[in-house]
Amino acid sequence: MTDTYRPASLAVRAHPGIAPRLLGADAPPGPGGPRGADLLGAVERAGLRGRGGAAFPTARKLRAVAAGPAPRYVVANGEEGEPASAKDRWLLRHRPRLVLDGLLRAAEAVGAAGAYVYVSDPAAAESVERALRDLDGVPVPVTLREVSPAYVAGEETAVVRAIDGGPAKPLDKPPRPYEQGVGGRPTAVCNVETLAHIALVAAGHPADTFLLTVSGSVPRPGLYEVPYGITLGAALDALTGADPDARGYLMGGFFAGLAGPAVRDVPLDPDALRAHGSGLGCGAIVVLGDADCPVAAAADVMAYFAAENAGQCGSCIRGTAAMSDVLTGLSRGTATADRLARLEKWSTSLPGRGACGTLDGAAALAATLLGGFPADVEAHLGAPCPRCAAFPVPDGRTRFAVPDESLPGGHL
Amino acid sequence: MKVKVNAAVCDGFGTCAGHAPDAFELDDWGYAAETGDGTVPPEDEAKVRRAIADCPVHAIVEVAP
Repeated sequence: MTDTYRPASLAVRAHPGIAPRLLGADAPPGPGGPRGADLLGAVERAGLRGRGGAAFPTARKLRAVAAGPAPRYVVANGEEGEPASAKDRWLLRHRPRLVLDGLLRAAEAVGAAGAYVYVSDPAAAESVERALRDLDGVPVPVTLREVSPAYVAGEETAVVRAIDGGPAKPLDKPPRPYEQGVGGRPTAVCNVETLAHIALVAAGHPADTFLLTVSGSVPRPGLYEVPYGITLGAALDALTGADPDARGYLMGGFFAGLAGPAVRDVPLDPDALRAHGSGLGCGAIVVLGDADCPVAAAADVMAYFAAENAGQCGSCIRGTAAMSDVLTGLSRGTATADRLARLEKWSTSLPGRGACGTLDGAAALAATLLGGFPADVEAHLGAPCPRCAAFPVPDGRTRFAVPDESLPGGHL
Repeated sequence: MKVKVNAAVCDGFGTCAGHAPDAFELDDWGYAAETGDGTVPPEDEAKVRRAIADCPVHAIVEVAP
């Protein structure tokens, strides 16, 4: 088993038996396809749900914005704050025309006065600029906004704040951007994969595939296009060579926490995974192999939350720091049963106490470790874990990030 | 009446929980959140209005009358 925590290069391919649509070549979009209300109807019939992580029905979001008072705006959100996700960077670098086609169709459908592309990745920004120059007339002005990368910078209210010239940090909800977004106006903030799907739906395709970033202890880490509803195990077996007896998984991007081996049998679908107590999120999955330990992984990610939270909400600042302290202690064999009981209490009492989802994700990480790996946790009380000891003390820079240089230069 | 504590504004003074302990819950560090979904029973409304008025950082908003 190879432990490729910082994958040297990502494979980019579609699941066997399906034609790559999201991962295809970036042809110029066709001029036809449904527009306006017809497009929203087609998006609704396709069952498209947001791919930023929340899986909110896209047609419902766009209709809510369209029903608001003009001027309205649409934002392509390409700030992939999740360290273990590569899909949005890849789409903007390699399929900017597809994303822009979806953005412009969505802008037209909600009667937007303007559109924004919001990114932190310099290569993505360059690629979008090039694609914008090549466009032959746009129905609405498109503005590119670059932001410093940060875990919270892609949260929808942080996106709106940054576009308006403020810090890229979340605001308390309500109001949500569909009510009061850019300049206080109704704004649809859509993930770039969601917009790519809108372009594909307009071209007559179903929205029945999505992008999965798989990394961790896996022979073939990669960016994969897979059909909805396939089990995690089937997808990993077909594409990655991952050990079927892997000890666990980090799910969703970091906010769905850890999952044990049983998650292999769950269909990759937002509702099925939620029912399992996990989440699909933005489709970033880290495999924890034999040499890893769920406690070490939780300690690593909690330290990341403690370092990367927005620094705005007291419960989150203090809560992530305190949970990180317990988990780091647990990974070093210095935690006590009393501290563990505190962690358990925080994991259920802290959700909902932050303006954004960061604290919810941190609490879910603790809850899924304690609930899913009770024997492992118990074994860490009093005795140092040799697997944990093999990793450096977590410092907030997660070892599970998919680095820029691992993204391939070409496309399929 | 329904209220919400803006988590990004709350500075952990705890004044609200002092006035209306059933309507606001403090975490282990003193930061407040509304209890449940923030719905206030009529008999607690006067206490919650005092909490809103006395919050030093104006972190409590009335989201519905």
